[in-house]
Amino acid sequence: MKSYSNPVFDYRPCADQHTGTPARHPIVVIGAGPVGLVTAIDLAVQGQAVVVLDDDQTVSVGSRAVCHAKRTLEILDRLGCGQPVVDRGISWSRGRVFLREREVYGFDLLAEPGHRRPAFVNLQQYHLEEALVARAASLPALDLRWRNRVTGVQAADDGVLLTVETPDGPYQLACDWLVVADGARSPVRHLLGLQSEGRVFHDRFLIADVLMKADYPTERWFWFDPPFHPGQSVLLHRQADNLWRVDFQLGPDADPEEEKKPERVMPRLRAMLGDRDFDLEWVSVYTFQCRRMEAFRHGRMLFAGDAAHQVSPFGARGGNSGIQDADALAWRLVRVVRGEANESVLDAWAQERQAAADENILNSTRSTDFISPKSPIALSFRNAALELAATLPFARRMVNSGRLSTPTVADDSPANTVDADAADTSGFAAPAMRPGAPSVDAPLLSVDGQPQWWLNRIGGEFDLLIFTGSATADATADATAFAARLSALRQVLDEAGLPALRIHRVMPGTSAPAANPGEPDADDALSDALSDADGVLAARCDARPGTVYLLRPDQHVCARWRSLDPQAVAGSMARALGRPLGRAIADARDSTPDSTLDATLIRQATAPPAATQA
Amino acid sequence: MSDHLNTEPALDRPDDFYEALIAAHRGLSDEQSAQLNCRLILLMANHIGRPQVLTEALALAGRGLGARP
Repeated sequence: MKSYSNPVFDYRPCADQHTGTPARHPIVVIGAGPVGLVTAIDLAVQGQAVVVLDDDQTVSVGSRAVCHAKRTLEILDRLGCGQPVVDRGISWSRGRVFLREREVYGFDLLAEPGHRRPAFVNLQQYHLEEALVARAASLPALDLRWRNRVTGVQAADDGVLLTVETPDGPYQLACDWLVVADGARSPVRHLLGLQSEGRVFHDRFLIADVLMKADYPTERWFWFDPPFHPGQSVLLHRQADNLWRVDFQLGPDADPEEEKKPERVMPRLRAMLGDRDFDLEWVSVYTFQCRRMEAFRHGRMLFAGDAAHQVSPFGARGGNSGIQDADALAWRLVRVVRGEANESVLDAWAQERQAAADENILNSTRSTDFISPKSPIALSFRNAALELAATLPFARRMVNSGRLSTPTVADDSPANTVDADAADTSGFAAPAMRPGAPSVDAPLLSVDGQPQWWLNRIGGEFDLLIFTGSATADATADATAFAARLSALRQVLDEAGLPALRIHRVMPGTSAPAANPGEPDADDALSDALSDADGVLAARCDARPGTVYLLRPDQHVCARWRSLDPQAVAGSMARALGRPLGRAIADARDSTPDSTLDATLIRQATAPPAATQA
Repeated sequence: MSDHLNTEPALDRPDDFYEALIAAHRGLSDEQSAQLNCRLILLMANHIGRPQVLTEALALAGRGLGARP
């Protein structure tokens, strides 16, 4: 490749290779791709020690993931590495769809202002991974081991024993929890004899990455049946470094070896790009599958990303959904290891992400069937939808060139307190902020009048968002009552043994909010005061004075109410942590049946679990 | 309005519609006729706008044709 050469990360021997008995770690992650790295970084920024094993010593080779969705950027922001990705990449929100020689319509995936991040940033996967590796290196709790290839996995009821091959020979290490994020081929999944099953598609696609200086707008362009590639589809994306991704549909009968030859590729590109100068940077031919593992949790092992589920590339739902897997997993694992959450939260995670995988597989399968119709009548319907879409907006919603990745709402998650179960949730008209949804973003002002993005204020801990009237309008009595409720809340949480909760008071108005309402207790309990100057957050939350939202450490909504009830907040927090309210976690754990490992897994007694669960 | 497919007589002067439907296909190739039918179905589906009605119509139209249920 001309525009990029892969870095080489050094293998370093570690103390675990020379211990008599295998060293035991709370959490090991297998795979230093985007999903493994995001999981590990998320654990480490929450203070949790983690070991990452990777069989290679570099980042992704060649052209792979390109489109990183808004939610991915928000997750990276929370982890402290969003900005380098955005700076390096190409931001876009708009796209165009063409049929034959004409444009049918254009679209905007993020037409409203008031969001920190765009709908998408295009960036080559190797650049993303370099940013993640740099962030990982800055975290002392994160131990990233290159050229550590897992060759043996022995799962037991209380942990996993790994055999790891290195340039210095093999060693063993044990862990309480194993995250498997070693990609679509997942050697570890194969070692365990576990399957990922679904639908295989036979259509072949050609990826050609070309270096060129072009003045095309930074948009996603998708052609159906264009004159330069008749009967097939073509997708064009801009990447960083003047690199452009062209994806040609070839059909099921194409010969992958022939199609990769420059004498076959160059005429295709020449027909599309005309006389302009370009250099061929990368060529590959791919097919894809839409499939997933039946269960993402197997006892002490958690499967995430492509190892657990795969989709077609249309919609950018592979990498983005894998990073959402990590986002939803890390906070739970941290709290299970700390003894703050019941193990059942990992079943809740698996349930959420299995449902998400189904949603992504459904969407990407539908896109694929629209893009490559399987019968003459399917082709007729597709062309009818495209023809109508040129003039009729309703048909644009039927055209499917890829339903681009949006975060999955964990609608049926056991972590949610559904509106119907919570008292006083009357008339929330904000489906985007329903329980299970990741929080919306909004522009706010901090106490000192500085602009702040809402999503940058939350995450890593449970957050409580309280909308109040303006500080200046508060009568002293109101302020005192508010402070008293916060004190009561703190006391209820303390008594229930629930972990830290950050409180954000959001006030309307354009003036900077007062630091506190003047009551010492409030000052103490209130960790954040923000002004919703333009009312954007309140509108997106359908908030009135008194409205309360409880958010998980991954910024998803747990519950919402029209007024602050300390017992209700504690109950919803306990539910998200898999704990019956009012009982110590140890009691709760006693009542949970032991996790049962797959019968196919080799059972072996390992050392007793480390004393991490207080 | 009922959320079920109406199979009772509902069309004024059905002969007029039937004639117009056949006339719309006059002079078209099979492929063009397929295009016309597809456009018509998408337009009418959007006009109906109720998933349950469309589901029932799909099921009724496919009955006896060996299509998957």
